[in-house]
Amino acid sequence: MQRHLISAADLTRDDAVLILDTAEEMARVADRPIKKLPTLRGRTIVNLFFEDSTRTRISFEAAEKRLSADVINFTAKGSSVSKGESLKDTAQTLEAMGVDAVVIRHGASGAPYRLANSGWIDAVVVNAGDGTHQHPTQALLDAFTMRRRLIGRDAGLGRDLEGKRITLVGDVLHSRVARSNVDLLHTLGAEVTLVAPPTLLPVGIETWPCEVSYDLDSTLPKSDAVMMLRVQRERMNAAFFPTEREYSRRYGLDGDRMARMPEHAIVMHPGPMVRGMEITAEVADSDRCTVVEQVANGVSIRMAVLYLLLGGNEPAVTHPRTEEK
Amino acid sequence: MSKILIRGAKVLGGEPQDVLIDGGTIAEVGSGLSGEGAEVVEADGKVLLPGLVDLHTHLREPGREDSETVLTGTRAAASGGYTTVFAMANTFPVADTAGVVEQVWRLGKEHGYCDVQPIGAVTVGLEGRKLAELGAMHESAAGVTVFSDDGKCVHDAVIMRRALEYVKAFGGVVAQHAQEPRLTEGAEMNEGIVSAELGLGGWPAVAEESIIARDVLLADHVGSRVHICHLSTAGSVEIVRWAKSRGIAVTAEVTPHHLLLTDELVRTYNPVYKVNPPLRTERDVMALREALADGTIDIVATDHAPHPHEDKDCEWAAAAMGMVGLETALSVVQETMVDTGLLDWAGVADRMSVKPAQIGRATGHGRPVSAGEPANLTLVDSAYRGLVEPAGFASRSRNTPYEGRELPGRVTHTWLRGKATLVDGKLT
Repeated sequence: MQRHLISAADLTRDDAVLILDTAEEMARVADRPIKKLPTLRGRTIVNLFFEDSTRTRISFEAAEKRLSADVINFTAKGSSVSKGESLKDTAQTLEAMGVDAVVIRHGASGAPYRLANSGWIDAVVVNAGDGTHQHPTQALLDAFTMRRRLIGRDAGLGRDLEGKRITLVGDVLHSRVARSNVDLLHTLGAEVTLVAPPTLLPVGIETWPCEVSYDLDSTLPKSDAVMMLRVQRERMNAAFFPTEREYSRRYGLDGDRMARMPEHAIVMHPGPMVRGMEITAEVADSDRCTVVEQVANGVSIRMAVLYLLLGGNEPAVTHPRTEEK
Repeated sequence: MSKILIRGAKVLGGEPQDVLIDGGTIAEVGSGLSGEGAEVVEADGKVLLPGLVDLHTHLREPGREDSETVLTGTRAAASGGYTTVFAMANTFPVADTAGVVEQVWRLGKEHGYCDVQPIGAVTVGLEGRKLAELGAMHESAAGVTVFSDDGKCVHDAVIMRRALEYVKAFGGVVAQHAQEPRLTEGAEMNEGIVSAELGLGGWPAVAEESIIARDVLLADHVGSRVHICHLSTAGSVEIVRWAKSRGIAVTAEVTPHHLLLTDELVRTYNPVYKVNPPLRTERDVMALREALADGTIDIVATDHAPHPHEDKDCEWAAAAMGMVGLETALSVVQETMVDTGLLDWAGVADRMSVKPAQIGRATGHGRPVSAGEPANLTLVDSAYRGLVEPAGFASRSRNTPYEGRELPGRVTHTWLRGKATLVDGKLT
């Protein structure tokens, strides 16, 4: 594996499968009464959040604490892109404090890449979402959720998502989740279709390793998993679509549409959901919807990533397995 | 002023000749000229060009002297072989009054490295709403003939029309930064395959092309001259070509970096590649080279945009836009145009000296290398190849995209009206 995790596109198939398998082992920890491994004892990880994201920060924090790392939370909300705020200075301060890894969330695309490649710091960098670029641990937890649901918890070990048909619906243009998922799912052998109004698809998308469609209804029957992306209401004011109602009619997922999906197919959402616009309550609350599982799986995936980047060469699984036996 | 004999220089790349400078004027051009009483410069087959003229330089003074000053900028210009630079108006305060343009002009005169011809703002404060006092700037000691809101587009069609009409009274030209503002909100790089992947806000080609199309039609309608700054797309070339074929008085410039670099470099997220207009695609680069060769694009202009280190050593989104260019322009043009066979040295003289001087009405510059002409000259060692080392730049800023890159050609001497400003690669 590479030294940092900046983009889902940096992962090979074997890297990705290793992370998913490691996450399965990490997930077992959550089932135990004491949900903690000594693996990263004595290591310091800073969660450097320039952009609000309580869910992602808590998920990383839980993962770090379950691995016994020392955790520092640094929030620099909203100030990142304004002149005078220097990512470099912040990073170097943390480096001086002996930080081993930086988990960075930033509103600007490429900020984690710069942090990892500019020689400002030596710490391992994990991208926790940058602008509209990438959110690789989200893609990994999504793939993990798909593998569990579509193949099986144990049956999936060592396997990728070869031949699975995944549909992502909504605001692809502004979505780091979509970019990360397209890259990772393609690497894992899945067939990806993006569905959105043309205004919410980036110019240049034709080179992406996926299909593109403007028509949700014809795509649903051919989908093993349908992932709804968050659509911000303010996009409407910027003329990306005429009205919320029209968006909902053409691209929202309701009970009728869900019924057109194959029986085994699941509904996913990176959260937080805007109920009524992109997804109805009926769908969100159905047992086909994996939103809550995705949150739980996020912790396992982040444990696996931090372990593999910081923990060295031994398999993460050694400790819990030995103990279980 | 003493006599200088430049011996054995390939004038405009032709057969070696001797050029005798007497005072501020070229006294004689021929073979076997006597060096008696003259300082002799052995040119050894180097290429002699008329002093280069840059129609698009940012000197940053007044207001951002930490980036560049008139002194450091003109020293950079002399190092790059320039004898005249046109200084853009987006300073603090904006060069929108006779007072500011005269100050900049006078500083150029005092320092003596290069003539500084200020460009006046088209609108007050570059705000695009109210015409600046164009006539007063023209009548000032600076004698402004070129007007531009560069950095911003004169996007209001009525203001643009009025500016084009108004400057006709004194033979001025409006230099347009073609960027439709609504289409480029949040833009950080060329919109296309790379921006889609990187998740950086796209600057679509059509935002440039639509303004150029509008402005050539306006210039046609009112019978005025319009100049297009830093043209960067293949589509823009097509529009200018069409406009010229209709006899519209449009001229256009291309920057050295748009002749060489593409948006693929943005994958590094290194802000040294962040520039406006953004680096485009390989297809655009090739179209720009063709257009410069066939004359559709009239000139090369540097858009020399110095920024201090801290404005580039940061994340992409926070970084300032622009690159320095005065000291590398000729090398990039040699690499992309001369060494590729698209343009000979006479062509380079035309695109980097003669035409820019004509567009900006810089009389005394861009003249033939012949007896009786002002001795504004540049001597180029075209056989040289070397790595670009920004540490040696005369410019106060180091934001070059070519650091560590090998480029051909090196300016060894520059003369401004017979006075050497650069000798053996060293500033005087």
